[in-house]
Amino acid sequence: MTRRRERPPLLALAAGSLAALFFVLPLVGLLWHAPWSAALSDLGEPDVRKALRLSMEASLAAVAVCLLLGLPLAWVLARIDFPGRRLLRALTVLPMVLPPVVGGIALIHSFGRRGIVGQYLDRWFGIVFPFTTKGVILAEAFVAMPFLVVTAEAAFRSLDRSFEDAARTLGASRWTVFRRVTLPLAGPALGAGAVLCWARALGEFGATITFAGNFPGTTQTMPLAVYLSLESSHPETGIVLSLVLLVVSLAILVGLRDRWLGVS
Amino acid sequence: MRLGTLELDVDFEVAPGRIVGLLGPNGAGKTTLLRVLAGLIRPDEGRVVLDDVVLDDTSRGVHVPAEKRPVGVVFQHYVLFPHLSALENVAFGLRSRGVAKAEARRTAAEWLSRVGLEGFLSNKPKQLSGGQAQRVALARALATQPRLLLLDEPLAALDASTRLETRRELRRQLDAYDGVRLLVTHDPVEAIALAERLIVLEDGHVSQTGTPQEISEQPRSRYVADLVGVNLYRGWAEDDEVHVGTAGRLVAPGAGRGEVFAVVHPHAVALYRDPPAGTPRNVWQGTVEALDLEGERVRVRVNGPLPIVAEVTPGAVADLRLGDGGVIWASVKATEVVVYPV
Repeated sequence: MTRRRERPPLLALAAGSLAALFFVLPLVGLLWHAPWSAALSDLGEPDVRKALRLSMEASLAAVAVCLLLGLPLAWVLARIDFPGRRLLRALTVLPMVLPPVVGGIALIHSFGRRGIVGQYLDRWFGIVFPFTTKGVILAEAFVAMPFLVVTAEAAFRSLDRSFEDAARTLGASRWTVFRRVTLPLAGPALGAGAVLCWARALGEFGATITFAGNFPGTTQTMPLAVYLSLESSHPETGIVLSLVLLVVSLAILVGLRDRWLGVS
Repeated sequence: MRLGTLELDVDFEVAPGRIVGLLGPNGAGKTTLLRVLAGLIRPDEGRVVLDDVVLDDTSRGVHVPAEKRPVGVVFQHYVLFPHLSALENVAFGLRSRGVAKAEARRTAAEWLSRVGLEGFLSNKPKQLSGGQAQRVALARALATQPRLLLLDEPLAALDASTRLETRRELRRQLDAYDGVRLLVTHDPVEAIALAERLIVLEDGHVSQTGTPQEISEQPRSRYVADLVGVNLYRGWAEDDEVHVGTAGRLVAPGAGRGEVFAVVHPHAVALYRDPPAGTPRNVWQGTVEALDLEGERVRVRVNGPLPIVAEVTPGAVADLRLGDGGVIWASVKATEVVVYPV
């Protein structure tokens, strides 16, 4: 007796196909209109090159900031039980759901020239964030940090504590345990978190344009350049940059495909 | 000492240079005790002293953290660092204590050859067999020359064939080491093979201590009696008789007087279908409860005023049709009853 495969309901199939189209069409549209022949020379234009370079430098710097601040925070959230832990965790996830432009405004009021912290940074150290590359890095770090903290906390949590116990019985101090056992073992998961963090930082638009402005070379990252190109005489440069961002995004997705589904 | 919900009422001393086995059923608190000794858990109440150095003393708020104790641990599942080679695993303890990398690696290599693994220095743990991993774990714990070596069920994770070989090897290594060695196990064979003295831990309490021989000759708890495979009764001795429970009675000359344990070995129990008339002083009627085949013998559990386990041959089981159950008569010679005070 053969088993007959149950036919999936027509409605589900139809809705599913529509949804798939919803995802695929925009990408197809972009690829269709891409100026393939001029793409390479467009990439060589000064403004495009500046945007590319700035995006790379700023996003990598943002990831560095996220790692420096985010890893200890993730470790504390994962390992130490303290009153208000849930609240703190919710706060660190906030930038994930907050509209980026709102994030930008919040940054203005905290780190801007008249912000609660910004005013002192300006007055005492001459450090200014708005409309500078530093501001770009800050904005990107702000929106991307939750990605790192969430994945890092999950990574630290899922580690088998007995490795750390074993290391302690061998005489390793807490710091040595972290450096030689916890970090290396959590490494792959942390790496995935860092890559996600970087992808988010790279693509950030709302907070960047609000807080750091749109100056080529100093604050005009790729997403901003794409936006600007729509109103300029060279909309094709926008498409080329979009393609670059698209390729990068796809590469990240492919590279992390197993982790992405398992991590959050 | 108390640890949260587990109440461990233990008080024992281990003389220097001894191999002691901590034996007990699962849940008795053995692993918890081991973790307290290692410094991984802080007791709510209690005191731990090693070589005249106080490691824990809750009455004075003293707690030496695990990393500062001269204690080495071989964990049940070895817990070798998966991202480090065998050599680096063994060198880990030395490097953590400040030894330079090159020297630590040299010492580690020596230890690895001492356990017979010279060709496996650069192997990662997943490239090692169970027995090899166990040896690396042992070398890793010994490399820092701890004053107290703790082994948590060291052979439990091995399959039966590797276990025998590894046990011999482990005994050799343990003998060659001079610190205090405390071995935790639930396997009596392991305990007897590896330890010189045994501490039996049940339900958080020490039920008895002694050499393996002392313990098997005079068990003081059902758990130990079951391990050794004998019938154990607790009762009141008077006039050459031991009264067990409400209806049990064992004739045993020289039983003395007072609360006693009485031991009857299953092979000293004879079974009959008809009431026997002979010299045995202890004869009673019961019913066949169960039959268990153990090697070439059958253990017959008999219910009655004095429940008892008898050991007979399969032939006897067939002859008496014990498999059918039913009424049975058991007899034990008075001279086969071993009595000792509680």
